[in-house]
Amino acid sequence: MKLIMAIIKPFKLDEVRDALTPLGVQGLTVTEVKGFGRQKGQTEIYRGAEYQVSYLPKVKIEIAIADDMVDAVMEAISKAANTDKIGDGKIFVLDVERAMRIRTGETDIAAL
Amino acid sequence: MMKRSHPTWGLAVLLPALLLAVPAFADDAPPKLDSGDTAWMLASTALVLLMTIPGLALFYAGMVRKKNILATMMQSFTICCIVTIVWMVAGYSIAFTTGTAYMGDFSRIMLHGIADHIVKGNDTQAFVLASGIKDVADMATTIPETVYMMFQMTFAIITPALIAGAFADRMKFSSMCLFMALWSLIVYAPIAHWVWAPSGWASQLGVLDFAGGTVVHINAGVAGLVCCLVLGKRTGYPDTNMAPYNLAYAVIGASLLWVGWFGFNAGSAVAANGRAGMAMTVTQIATAAAALGWMFAEWIAKGKPSVLGAASGAVAGLVAITPASGFVLPGGSLVIGVVAGVGCFWSATSLKHMLGYDDSLDAFGVHGVGGIIGALLTGVFSYGALSATDASPDGSPGGMSQFILQCEGVASTIVYSGVMTFVLLMVVKVIFGLRVSEDEEREGLDIALHGEQVF
Repeated sequence: MKLIMAIIKPFKLDEVRDALTPLGVQGLTVTEVKGFGRQKGQTEIYRGAEYQVSYLPKVKIEIAIADDMVDAVMEAISKAANTDKIGDGKIFVLDVERAMRIRTGETDIAAL
Repeated sequence: MMKRSHPTWGLAVLLPALLLAVPAFADDAPPKLDSGDTAWMLASTALVLLMTIPGLALFYAGMVRKKNILATMMQSFTICCIVTIVWMVAGYSIAFTTGTAYMGDFSRIMLHGIADHIVKGNDTQAFVLASGIKDVADMATTIPETVYMMFQMTFAIITPALIAGAFADRMKFSSMCLFMALWSLIVYAPIAHWVWAPSGWASQLGVLDFAGGTVVHINAGVAGLVCCLVLGKRTGYPDTNMAPYNLAYAVIGASLLWVGWFGFNAGSAVAANGRAGMAMTVTQIATAAAALGWMFAEWIAKGKPSVLGAASGAVAGLVAITPASGFVLPGGSLVIGVVAGVGCFWSATSLKHMLGYDDSLDAFGVHGVGGIIGALLTGVFSYGALSATDASPDGSPGGMSQFILQCEGVASTIVYSGVMTFVLLMVVKVIFGLRVSEDEEREGLDIALHGEQVF
């Protein structure tokens, strides 16, 4: 089992979700985050006080999937979230040791 | 034979006829109430209270960091409560009784006597504040004293609430409460007496201040400057990001201030009449001009017109037109607005950063500077007919001599407010201290002082 963690631009969330549904992805977790990579922030001015704001709003998606779906999911996310501009984001693949569905007690693959 | 008319009989016949023919002097007949004026003043009082809660509360709270939003609103709310009681107990008496040229007497302590003219549920006469001085006209109104007292109370409430903008994010709550109670009695009430009571020295001298340029704005602005200098800069200022958390609140607050200010300025006519109409007119024009002035100045100087700038410009215009509102015509108000908008933009953005003091929400930059601009320009643009009375048919027209009088009023307010604020801060410092600890400041006042958070 693997956990796909993708940081994407917030307005791309719906497109990514729509690209994942036909692959059989049953659920995902979304978190609003802030961060920066190569994309620069902006300067905000409040009554003459200037602040350099580096942290840009992003969205983090986490999906737990079976090993054999990893390539398809990564490609779907990267195609849907791409804008060809700096700041599009990154995808990480993490190993998942164990999993359990809380309602039924099913474990591992049956829980995904 | 000619009948000799007995002189006493003749007088006895003639006297009633003579008395009926003679017009009733103010000293003899009780001053009449006017329900239209009273209705307007009741409404104005509510409008001015709205300026503090929630107008100023929102305006200030919107500009601080998230962790201090509640504490900032609490300052306005609590000051409203404290000053209400202090005004009732002694503030009103010190400000608006005859007394001396420097302060009133104690005849209205605890509002004693304010119900003296009530018969069958209603006042039988309007409020008159005697000058106590020969040849100086009394202040006559057409409204009950309770309404006048309440209207003035709302001014006494907002003035200290303005000061809180200077020490945002770092003053102890207990210290603030004590300081504001003392300040209201010792700084606000006397200055109000000087300028607005007919026995007051500034009023007798002819200093013009229709709705509180000196009494409210210069007073609070200078006190704010002293506070921010005594308390010192916020921890991490100026390098830490202290951006406003919710400017939407600030816009809502500024808008409530704008509308409420019609009660502040037009209500200072103490009547529902043409003077109030002109005061409302010039208030609107100056405010709009100032908002645009700040906005365009910022657009040119910084590249973008900001929402905070437009709202702040409007407040600067409101402040500047305050002393002038009953004395100037639309043309003058347009100039006052533009000068205040651009001038306060400069003082709140450039001057503050140049001199390095942390007047967090620009109590001095907007209220102090705006008040000074307005008070001085009142001496330039005053239109005699607006201030003319039977006793003074030419009124107080603008010109060099009036300008000099305005300078005297401004200077004495600055000196008294500055010195006494410093003294009171030192007194409060000994009793409670002044500033929160650095840890409390970093944690945020909402949690540290009040044990609550809003987001």
